[in-house]
Amino acid sequence: MSQEKQCQCAEVQEEELYPRLEEVITEHRGKGQDLIMVLHKAQNLFGYLPRKAQEMVAEGLNVSLNEVYGVITFYNFFSTVPQGRNSVKVCLGTACYVRGSQEVLDKAQKELGIKVGGTTEDRRYSLDVVRCIGACGLAPAMLVNEDVYGRVKSPHLPDILAKYE
Amino acid sequence: MTISVVIDGRPLEVEEGTSILDAAAQANIHIPTLCYLPEVQAIGACRVCLVEIEGNRTLQAACVSPVAKGQVIYTNTDRVRKARRFSVEMLLSNHPFECLSCAKNLHCDLQTLAYDLGIREIRFTGEKSGGRIDESSPSIRRDQNKCILCRRCVTVCQEIQSVTALYMQGRGFETRVEPAFDRDINDVACTNCGQCSVVCPVGAITEKEYIDEVWAALSDPTKFVVIQDAPAVRAALGEEFGYPPGTLVTGKMLAAARRLGFDRVFDTNFAADLTILEEGTELLTRVKKGGTLPMITSCSPGWIKFIEHFYPELLDHLSTCKSPHMMLGALTKTYFAKKSGVDPKDMVVVSVMPCTAKKFECNRPEMFDSGYKDVDYVLTTREFAKMIKQAGIDFQSLPDGKYDDPMGEYTGAATIFGATGGVMEAALRTAYEVATGKVLENVEFTAVRGLEGIKEATIPVEGIGDVRVAVSHGLGNARKLLDKIKTGEANYHFIEVMACPGGCVGGGGQPIPVNNDIRGLRAQALYGEDCALTYRKSHENPSIKRIYEEFLGQPLGEKSHHLLHTHYTPRSKF
Repeated sequence: MSQEKQCQCAEVQEEELYPRLEEVITEHRGKGQDLIMVLHKAQNLFGYLPRKAQEMVAEGLNVSLNEVYGVITFYNFFSTVPQGRNSVKVCLGTACYVRGSQEVLDKAQKELGIKVGGTTEDRRYSLDVVRCIGACGLAPAMLVNEDVYGRVKSPHLPDILAKYE
Repeated sequence: MTISVVIDGRPLEVEEGTSILDAAAQANIHIPTLCYLPEVQAIGACRVCLVEIEGNRTLQAACVSPVAKGQVIYTNTDRVRKARRFSVEMLLSNHPFECLSCAKNLHCDLQTLAYDLGIREIRFTGEKSGGRIDESSPSIRRDQNKCILCRRCVTVCQEIQSVTALYMQGRGFETRVEPAFDRDINDVACTNCGQCSVVCPVGAITEKEYIDEVWAALSDPTKFVVIQDAPAVRAALGEEFGYPPGTLVTGKMLAAARRLGFDRVFDTNFAADLTILEEGTELLTRVKKGGTLPMITSCSPGWIKFIEHFYPELLDHLSTCKSPHMMLGALTKTYFAKKSGVDPKDMVVVSVMPCTAKKFECNRPEMFDSGYKDVDYVLTTREFAKMIKQAGIDFQSLPDGKYDDPMGEYTGAATIFGATGGVMEAALRTAYEVATGKVLENVEFTAVRGLEGIKEATIPVEGIGDVRVAVSHGLGNARKLLDKIKTGEANYHFIEVMACPGGCVGGGGQPIPVNNDIRGLRAQALYGEDCALTYRKSHENPSIKRIYEEFLGQPLGEKSHHLLHTHYTPRSKF
């Protein structure tokens, strides 16, 4: 029950954001060259790029929806699925990788029940990989929101994740 | 300004800014290409056109490298040959090798390159990026397994047609050519124009084939099978049988149709003449009675789908006339059925068209006005050529054949329908005489001919005043005209739009390859036929006069309204 309630709440909030997106689009109306900038702003608003937002951007900037989606799927930064309240990022940079971060990632996917790029159903966590966060000395490293965790071993994961609501 | 370069030891003077590819061509040196598309795309993505330049550390892509003063270029060194071969081997490492059953077998650029470069073994194997087969469209078939990501289809769809039904999705190994959300092509704003199938160098996008269905109808003794050929087909079909572009093969085309076993060979040109009578009358009525102007032609189903998706608010500008082959289909199953005593339920009408959009058109729910499916199957020029080859017909040695009455006779005005500006010119020839009651001495309106994107002309017509017209080909140009209509800048009376560059002669179902030279030559063939015909104005066609006397009554009459006119459907731009 509580889950359903949460989802509705998120949807209501999302509906309220569209007028603000419309304002952003108005500034760039008909300017296809501003596509990436507008998508950036849209993602900041929604936390991801819902289909309706993509259609509004396409319409407003006079760009094909198929091109908009092409740009979104090209850049790692853009997401078409809602982001969780907490962002989990496992580093797969060279140093972390050779010290076993793939194992950490596998465990994270199993623990959260989602694949890389996904969000848990309760929107508590999103999971992504990153290439080097500049903490090679702590390899293997991972990030949860702004917090860096070093020398992570897969058995540590449940405890780390549990800290974030 | 010209500059001097040396290519393969040969000194050459070329215009500054010329690409190495074009400079080499001027010296009759052929550099192989794959992603390059003349007049449309030069992006250096496939790395097949690599050349060696003295003093440069790396090899350069000839299609995107302009010549520089004093450059010494080699197109055929050991290093170049190895690099080109390597590029193609990398593409092959991700290819499904279904060549024997591929629709493009022996007509595939990748296959030709592999042969030309002497690739004799597949050195690299591994995971294949794969992809799906999308058969949702009645016009085109997409097999993503075969795609080499050259982007030609994306560029032609975006830059030339301004449609962008397809785009590069994803990145790296997951890159694919798909609509947004990987939806089926039939579910997005695709016009079915088929230009993607013309430019695809491999078998990733081909026309949806209906050859087997037509063979089945021909071998069914209970079926009465009627064929009709569009004007542009006769100007290009010969290319499939070794004739140079621009060879008119009307007689052989009609003879081949008869040899294939069709019971009647009609001509879409007859219906083109009919279109002029209907559309010309519609135009004069709108001008006199204050109807929606400018009126825009409706012969090109790719164009119709374009305006339905992108400018539904302007649908009233379209003429209500069906495209000529749909008129002929409806008349075959009514007028001809009555005349011949053949039950229309036993009839199968096959249209040979330069067009893939007409495959979609014949399935539209509005196209059942005879009480049956007015046109059962549409074959492209390419498919028709395949049937002729499958039947073992020696096309070159065929004696000239003739069309059948009562719907085969046509005028020069009808045959030029296949080239951009042709419908406009044909309409002007008739509209002028109908409006003024005077004889038009010079029937050639050269201002609306040629390959310029948008052509304009003003024709003084007694009793009406100046008639302002515009002609566009390629949907990107149509978009420009529609935007002008929306802002009120376009004060034309009549606009002709054809979806494909060059008009139907450059249609999505025409022989491959095509470029502006070839489009021009095909158009020239049609203008040549126009000159040679006895009648050059649609209203002079004796068979047209007869069908109005015997069956239709008058243009825009009740029967015409029911059988020859249609309505349109607003669609989403997404």
